[in-house]
Amino acid sequence: MAIEREADRLAVQGLRAGYGQSEVLHSLDFTVGAAEIVVIVGRNGMGKSTLMKSLIGMIPSKGGTIRLDGVDLGPLPSHERVAKGLAYVPQGRMIFPAMTVQENIETGLFVHKTKMIPPDLYTLFPVLQEMRRRRGGNLSGGQQQQLAIARALATNPSVLLLDEPTEGIQPSIIQELARTLRRIRDERGLSIIASEQVLSFALDIADRMLVLEGGRIVHEDARADVDQATVARYLAV
Amino acid sequence: MLAGYSLGELGSIMAMQGFAGLILFSVFVLMALGLAVIFGQMGVINMAHGEFMILGAYVTFLTSKLFTTYLPQAFGVYFFVAVVLAFIVAGALGMLVEWALIRRLYKRPLDTLLATWGLSLILQQVYRSIFGAREVGVDQPDWMMGAMNITNSIQIPINGLIVMVLTTFIAIGVYLLIFRMGWGKQVRAVMANRAMAGAVGIDTERVDRITFGLGCGIAGIAGSAFTMIGSTSPTAGQLYIVDTFLIVVFGGAASLAGTIASAFAISQARSTLEFFLSGSMAQVIVLLAVIAILMIRPQGLFVLKVRR
Ligand SMILES: Nc1ncnc2c1ncn2[C@@H]1O[C@H](COP(=O)(O)OP(=O)(O)OP(=O)(O)O)[C@@H](O)[C@H]1O
Ligand SMILES: [Mg+2]
Repeated sequence: MAIEREADRLAVQGLRAGYGQSEVLHSLDFTVGAAEIVVIVGRNGMGKSTLMKSLIGMIPSKGGTIRLDGVDLGPLPSHERVAKGLAYVPQGRMIFPAMTVQENIETGLFVHKTKMIPPDLYTLFPVLQEMRRRRGGNLSGGQQQQLAIARALATNPSVLLLDEPTEGIQPSIIQELARTLRRIRDERGLSIIASEQVLSFALDIADRMLVLEGGRIVHEDARADVDQATVARYLAV
Repeated sequence: MLAGYSLGELGSIMAMQGFAGLILFSVFVLMALGLAVIFGQMGVINMAHGEFMILGAYVTFLTSKLFTTYLPQAFGVYFFVAVVLAFIVAGALGMLVEWALIRRLYKRPLDTLLATWGLSLILQQVYRSIFGAREVGVDQPDWMMGAMNITNSIQIPINGLIVMVLTTFIAIGVYLLIFRMGWGKQVRAVMANRAMAGAVGIDTERVDRITFGLGCGIAGIAGSAFTMIGSTSPTAGQLYIVDTFLIVVFGGAASLAGTIASAFAISQARSTLEFFLSGSMAQVIVLLAVIAILMIRPQGLFVLKVRR
């Protein structure tokens, strides 16, 4: 069993989760430090989204603990996990299509009962300010990704979960996304867990990299030690 | 069929029946609003919606009795007190039902259908035990029974006008609540994607409970209006629930404007046709027309255009 370090913000121990009878995640252990960016890489169907959903509470965990600053989130419904400091940007972004950009961001304000969108969100994503009266569903893929991140940040999280943020986004925008994520971490000191299949992007943002395969963590490396060839082999089909 | 009426007289008949349909229209709008809000929010078809309306009608009946006994000098305004009480009582029962029954069944839509149908039978029996199986009529104050003459042959009933104004306020209120106020943002987020709404920090269970209560409370107000056009009995709600479903489907379940337009079309068509034909014949014709239109526009009259 991994011993919790002082600086660990999130500590996952023995986490098991799945759908109905079938178990997808088989006893995961990992930790995420304060202001650390951890990238979880793995091929299609290896359980990345399942991990994200069980962390945010969209699917119940079948065992293990998820501790955020020492508090076990396991028994809590999603909205209370958000109140404790977790935020989630799902695969496919899942913005509310019929609501305006501004309203989408404002849905993240209820949890702390604030009224105003913090102005620095618009500083981070100027496009969203320009488009704040448009319906979310009418934005481009990259803009929707920014909106989903802004909506998550509106809850003022300490840990941000991003499920395959580069999926369906143009290469030129992917670099900008990496810059934005590092900037968010630097400015706010929040921790980020991102799942990814694009190795270059993962290398670009990660402080540490975990490889998920068949619902187990099979490899772990700090950014400095990552052997690209090894990780690439895990990602090859 | 039209024999014996001149064109001018026909015009007056249409206008008068149109105004006579005002209360019916209002009852339908309120019923459909409540049903659509509940369905849109949680995908639950509330089969007991008619019984919530009748609860409002009984509350109105009791209020009128209380005023006659204890406050006869204020009888003229009892209706407005009754509307508020009907909303509160039906809304409170709605929240209780959501907490005790509905929230356990969200993932099983067929079960909610059965459960709310069972609830409607239970409520009917409760009404029968408390108020008796016989119909009760509610007296209206004299001033509300009057009519305004517009021309020699066209009159507008005052109670119809009052109910109409009330309904307008409630429809605008619901619109503002859902589309302009903070709380409505939570409702729309849950409507769009329940799991995601939870994951941005919205307490979806609380939103569900309040929405269900709101929908039932509005049905209670419909019950207050209903006492002006029908007599209240334990099963009277059953007569209205089918038409209300029709209106919601016809209007396009997610559209407020569609709901109102389709309530107007259906109640006006019925009350105008009823002047010339028997009530059931009128109902059949309206039903056939709705089916025909839905075959052309299966999504209902109004739909929101947005990329998903
Ligand atoms: N809703 C579901 N019900 C049942 N099984 C599911 C469900 N969603 C995913 N699975 C299964 O769980 C396993 C892991 O899926 P998951 O979506 O977590 O993978 P992933 O790593 O996110 O893949 P991708 O890169 O394609 O998004 C797969 O075998 C998948 O078939
Ligand atoms: Mg996935």
